[in-house]
Amino acid sequence: MAEVIKKQRDFHQVSRGWNFILHLIAGIFSFMCVFPFLFVVIISLTDEKTLATDGYRLIPAKWSLEAYRFVFETGDTLLRSYGVTILVTVVGTILSLIMISLYSYAISRKSFPYRRFFSIFAIVTMLFNGGMIPTYMVVSQLLGLKDTLWALILPLAMNAFYIMILRTFYSTSVPEPIIESARIDGAGDFYIFLRIVLPLSLPGLATIGLFSTLGYWNDWFNALLYIDKPSLVPLQSMLMRIESSIAFIQQNSQNSSLSLTALQSIPQDTSRMAMVVLATLPIIFAYPFFQRYFVQGLTVGAVKE
Amino acid sequence: MYRPIFLRYLLIGGNKVTAFFKTLIKNKVMLFMVLPGALWFFFFSYMPLVGTIVAFKQYRFTREGFWASIVKSEWVGWDNFKFLFSTNDAYLITRNTLFYNLAFIIIGLVLSVAMAILLSELVGKKLAKVYQTGMFLPYFLSWVIVGYFAFSFLSMDRGMLNQVLGWFGVDAIQWYSEPKYWPYILIFVSLWKSIGYNSVVYLASIMGIDKSLYEAAMIDGASKWQQIKGITIPMLSPIIIIMTLLAVGRIFYADFGLFYQVPRDSGTLYAVTNVIDTYVYRGLKTTGEIGMSTAAGLYQSVVGFALVMISNFVVRKIDKDSALF
Repeated sequence: MAEVIKKQRDFHQVSRGWNFILHLIAGIFSFMCVFPFLFVVIISLTDEKTLATDGYRLIPAKWSLEAYRFVFETGDTLLRSYGVTILVTVVGTILSLIMISLYSYAISRKSFPYRRFFSIFAIVTMLFNGGMIPTYMVVSQLLGLKDTLWALILPLAMNAFYIMILRTFYSTSVPEPIIESARIDGAGDFYIFLRIVLPLSLPGLATIGLFSTLGYWNDWFNALLYIDKPSLVPLQSMLMRIESSIAFIQQNSQNSSLSLTALQSIPQDTSRMAMVVLATLPIIFAYPFFQRYFVQGLTVGAVKE
Repeated sequence: MYRPIFLRYLLIGGNKVTAFFKTLIKNKVMLFMVLPGALWFFFFSYMPLVGTIVAFKQYRFTREGFWASIVKSEWVGWDNFKFLFSTNDAYLITRNTLFYNLAFIIIGLVLSVAMAILLSELVGKKLAKVYQTGMFLPYFLSWVIVGYFAFSFLSMDRGMLNQVLGWFGVDAIQWYSEPKYWPYILIFVSLWKSIGYNSVVYLASIMGIDKSLYEAAMIDGASKWQQIKGITIPMLSPIIIIMTLLAVGRIFYADFGLFYQVPRDSGTLYAVTNVIDTYVYRGLKTTGEIGMSTAAGLYQSVVGFALVMISNFVVRKIDKDSALF
């Protein structure tokens, strides 16, 4: 059977010449997408003095690991920002998974009399919002979250769009008769959710969890609005703050005995680029394994109830 | 059987309030499940709606907190809106937001669908997977990182673009202070970041198309091009409509990161990089015109809401199943 299908697909194929052209287009675009990262890696491995005379070169005259040595030696800031980002990402993803999965389960159950009310309660937030400044006032003044880690965690914890995706997932992947028979056997709502619904909807939860993880890892906006304390600055935001000046590292490094001459010889552009590389590496290594879940996310959501 | 009799008994007694509380108690587990999420929506989505009243006030921050600040601010009616629309800013940020989003939607749609079809026709699926993985990368990067990437090309004295121009004898260009190039740069960067993801999503739906349709077409002698026009694109149209609808509904909302990080917040570029979102942000953090920026934000929300409703209504007329709600 498999061979028959294969033969038919061969018959489908575009001609050799066209195939070459299509490969060329896709290959070039794909390379264009990866190239800037490779370029930044090269810049981070360039000798600082060479950089000053030659600019950013694809093949630098002199290679150097100095930038990485510098970042690791004075890397108090980088490490702490890594810590903040990891903490926020882990806590945030778990929290939002719990909140989103519970909420969407409740509104997916036909026996829940308020399901319509709570569905609309969530959908309205997709259509209309108060905007940046009222949200800022609520988070900073009413809830008093300014300069706390919660200001990085809570604003991203819920999202009506994910709720709709997961609700659709529940209603398509968890058959109603299973829940009904569990109920007849005397299982409570929470028990049914924990023991039957959750295990059956793991792929959906994984998708939401990965979207959420990526959102937290890449977030700099909430830090821009709510965080002033250097010790609470997450990775992306830290990269933003060193953009104009390397002084940030010097102020926060453990090594306070840096003399003026040492300051002048500090790799500047290269160490900034080294930090960009170090902040991006986890994503570069992880995303090829998870990319299919990100495609699923939209296609799952597109199937309506 | 128990519940209806029970309810009727209560209704005959005229005690609807008790019935209400009985239903609440009966559903207490479910209600506890929605409670955290409902609280979140209440504080992070509905309380800000209350806060939009600041758009009609001369906002004065007081240390006594959220409510005191709102209540004690002086009522000015539509003055904030009048002032906003009397300046050139309102026109500029609206024009920029709409222009860029329209360009992103139209060019992005054409290129991503084209790339998806191209990927689906490739012979050699292993290599096609490699291309997809490469194209997917920008989607996973934050705008901060993309801002650094752009800088490595656009830096005045060190950037690659000026070096390449130098080979052709062109003088170095100060990219971060020349507004005329930025519409192209922003459109390019936005497409660079989104085409890979979108095309992989479209590719997933192309893969879901029934293969026998193509076989039938081929037996009838349809060329590759005819198959794409007659089968692939019509079969893709529901997801194209949904994705475009989502984008049109958000046409009044700009991608803050793109317009803030990539031009490095350069003041000389504001004429072509200032969009509603960056304008509101600067009102909050830089210029301190809270009332007027909230007015701009409310203007964005109201028009945005109208656009979602209209586009959803239109899609409902065309194809009921593709509508959002």
